[in-house]
Amino acid sequence: MTILAFILAGTLAAATPMLLAALGELIVERSGVLNLGIEGMMALGAAIGFVVTYHTHNPYLGFAAAALGGIILSLVFAILALALTANQVAAGLAIGVLGQGVSSLLGKPLESQTLNAPDKLPIPGLADLPLIGPVFDQDVVVYLTLILAVVLWAVLNHSKLGLIIRAVGESPGAARAIGFPVVRIRLGAIAFGGALAGMAGAYASTIYTPLWADGMIAGRGWIAVALVVFGTWQAGRIVFGALLFGALSLGGLIGQAAGVALPSQVLASVPYVVTIFMLAVISSNRRRMRLNTVASLGQSFSG
Amino acid sequence: MTPLLQLKGISKRYGGVQANSGIDLRVDAGSIHAILGENGAGKSTLMKLIYGVEVPDDGQIIWKGQPAHLSNPSDARRLGIGMVFQHFSLFETLTVVQNMALIVPGSKAALSARIRDLGARFGLTIDPRAVVHSLSVGERQRVEILRCLLLNPELLILDEPTSVLPPPSVALLFDTLRALKAKGMAILFISHKLEEIRDLCDTATILRQGKVTARLAPRERSARELATLMIGRPMPPAVHPTPQGLGEQRLELARLDYLNDDPFGVSLSDIGLSVRGGEILGIAGVSGNGQQELAALISGELTLPGSHRDCVRLMGLPVGDLGAAERRLRSFAFVPEDRLGRGAVPDMSLSDNALLTAHSRGLVRNGFIRRQTERSFTADCIARFDVRTPGPHAEAGSLSGGNLQKFIMGREMMLDPAVLLVAQPTWGVDIGAATEIRQRLVAMRNKGAAIIVISEEIEELFEICDRLHVLHKGRLSPSLDVARTTVDEVGTWMIGAAA
Repeated sequence: MTILAFILAGTLAAATPMLLAALGELIVERSGVLNLGIEGMMALGAAIGFVVTYHTHNPYLGFAAAALGGIILSLVFAILALALTANQVAAGLAIGVLGQGVSSLLGKPLESQTLNAPDKLPIPGLADLPLIGPVFDQDVVVYLTLILAVVLWAVLNHSKLGLIIRAVGESPGAARAIGFPVVRIRLGAIAFGGALAGMAGAYASTIYTPLWADGMIAGRGWIAVALVVFGTWQAGRIVFGALLFGALSLGGLIGQAAGVALPSQVLASVPYVVTIFMLAVISSNRRRMRLNTVASLGQSFSG
Repeated sequence: MTPLLQLKGISKRYGGVQANSGIDLRVDAGSIHAILGENGAGKSTLMKLIYGVEVPDDGQIIWKGQPAHLSNPSDARRLGIGMVFQHFSLFETLTVVQNMALIVPGSKAALSARIRDLGARFGLTIDPRAVVHSLSVGERQRVEILRCLLLNPELLILDEPTSVLPPPSVALLFDTLRALKAKGMAILFISHKLEEIRDLCDTATILRQGKVTARLAPRERSARELATLMIGRPMPPAVHPTPQGLGEQRLELARLDYLNDDPFGVSLSDIGLSVRGGEILGIAGVSGNGQQELAALISGELTLPGSHRDCVRLMGLPVGDLGAAERRLRSFAFVPEDRLGRGAVPDMSLSDNALLTAHSRGLVRNGFIRRQTERSFTADCIARFDVRTPGPHAEAGSLSGGNLQKFIMGREMMLDPAVLLVAQPTWGVDIGAATEIRQRLVAMRNKGAAIIVISEEIEELFEICDRLHVLHKGRLSPSLDVARTTVDEVGTWMIGAAA
């Protein structure tokens, strides 16, 4: 396989954990809540997913358990941020730290254990194409994540549910005045975000690198949060940012393997720097930023 | 005939404030009923109770003879109650039809057709595809009213609908409301503007401090009588400035352009005005036509590049590139429109708030605050400007709107500035305090200060100003002499219809 084919094939899988978590965070932030606990929720999902899959040999069960874990942790966040109207930044950070701690605890007995990655699912016809064929030879979660991105884009922009979520995020006071249960809608969004973050973690630990190592999420939750903000809360740009990051991180690996004369730390940091830089350029148009910004993001609302 | 809506003994308390107590009200189909009262009299609370946004502590709401329990606005909408809010409940980043779709069932195409149809019938034309943030305030109000009408309400509540409209739009709104009444709809019209109520409404209920003080037919009473019932004592007399000799040019704006990169803001173009000592210049216009930007450019919160410093001249010198503090040093003072947050810091004491702009008056020595001087300056301000407060130690946020405004005005006036800019001096201030504030401004003018007042209230500008400009979509009308112009002429400029 050529280097190009390797990158093409690997980008989608490398991007999936960030993309899945970022899509969840997109819904949360569109409803006006800033959840900074994504990293911890991913870590928790990764541990739960790994442990359950390891013992049951059923990856579906592992994903379901990871989603459930993400939901439970996100509900703890929701209690702080919605019911007690605590500062969302502080509550999110605290929950994130909690998630990472629980993750280490759960994963401890299985440190360095491995799993069998599930089989890939080539798309007949497309997967045999020259050069770009490997792009269409992925595991099922990659396909589902891309479909989910399209579905969420459609829901946010073309459905009543999406209108309601955006309305709550823009002006919770006005949404309440015309009779929407703001807190319940935000609760739903937070739980959805938690579920996706949990599954994103499970993908990283059971499919992408099916091996348990403590701290394996390694900042991908933070990249997800950054993708949402710099992607100006739009599904399409978030997908672009996630793919860019995925491609660059693979490029870094190749560079190391090829013996590029740069310290590995520098190579490893390239995808973070370049992704943030690219997205910052995209979002530097103040006018467009202002039109897309979620007006009530991070503000507590009671009532 | 059974009344459409009846309230019996409605009470509502927020913390220590009794917003409504024992309110009885009756509204009949096919009539326009006014709720009249000052800011803080409990009008908005009462409407929120009827619309189900809040739940009363006590009392009964009776709809067509049946007791009704409204715990949510959707309950009220189901009964047939619609409400147009004072601060609109529209979502700026959504289109008109998306805003409607949030509470009105139906496909987008069907909704758009109904919006056009209803708009044509009641004089509420609007493009369903327009994004709300691109609409003027009057158009937004149309959207709100249309959103209610799409649900075929039997009772329509309008909370201070005219406070945001220029006079010609008020006339259009009243035509619409009369047409709705003729169709048999009941309308609850909340206002503190007496002439409007006498013009439009069949019956009125007057509230004061949360209680009903009168029920009457407003057409049979004079505006003066209504005002007395509303504020509980005779209206203080208005003061009009008498002509006087003018001093030198104090503030001058010339060929001032400002390009706003905020899509929700307004750009200004070719602004020119000048104020001399001893006159009050008014800036009329509906809010959101560039008032905030103009105020920020004059105060120095927005600065111009050095090449354009000549566009703003203070006391004859170019200051366009100087910041707010430097302009204040050149004997300029500013009272911004939002009292809490910009005019004063809510959690700081009045003394510390005085320090913020009066620090140059000996309140600071060698970088240290002189607490004694600070306190006596503040106490002096409280006494001279009749601020009702426990004392200089009281937190700014604990004062009522009117009292805090008097304090902020007092603080700036005690600096004895050569030029004073006041934005919306009487927003949310009760009539008594508003009259006092206007009297102070005129007194200051008589002593030779140059004053600019930015206000939405045309009556206020006509009362105290010597000259007026009208701001519309970032452009300024020519100077109009108050003695020679009319409300109608100013109104035409406000909607941009003047030549």
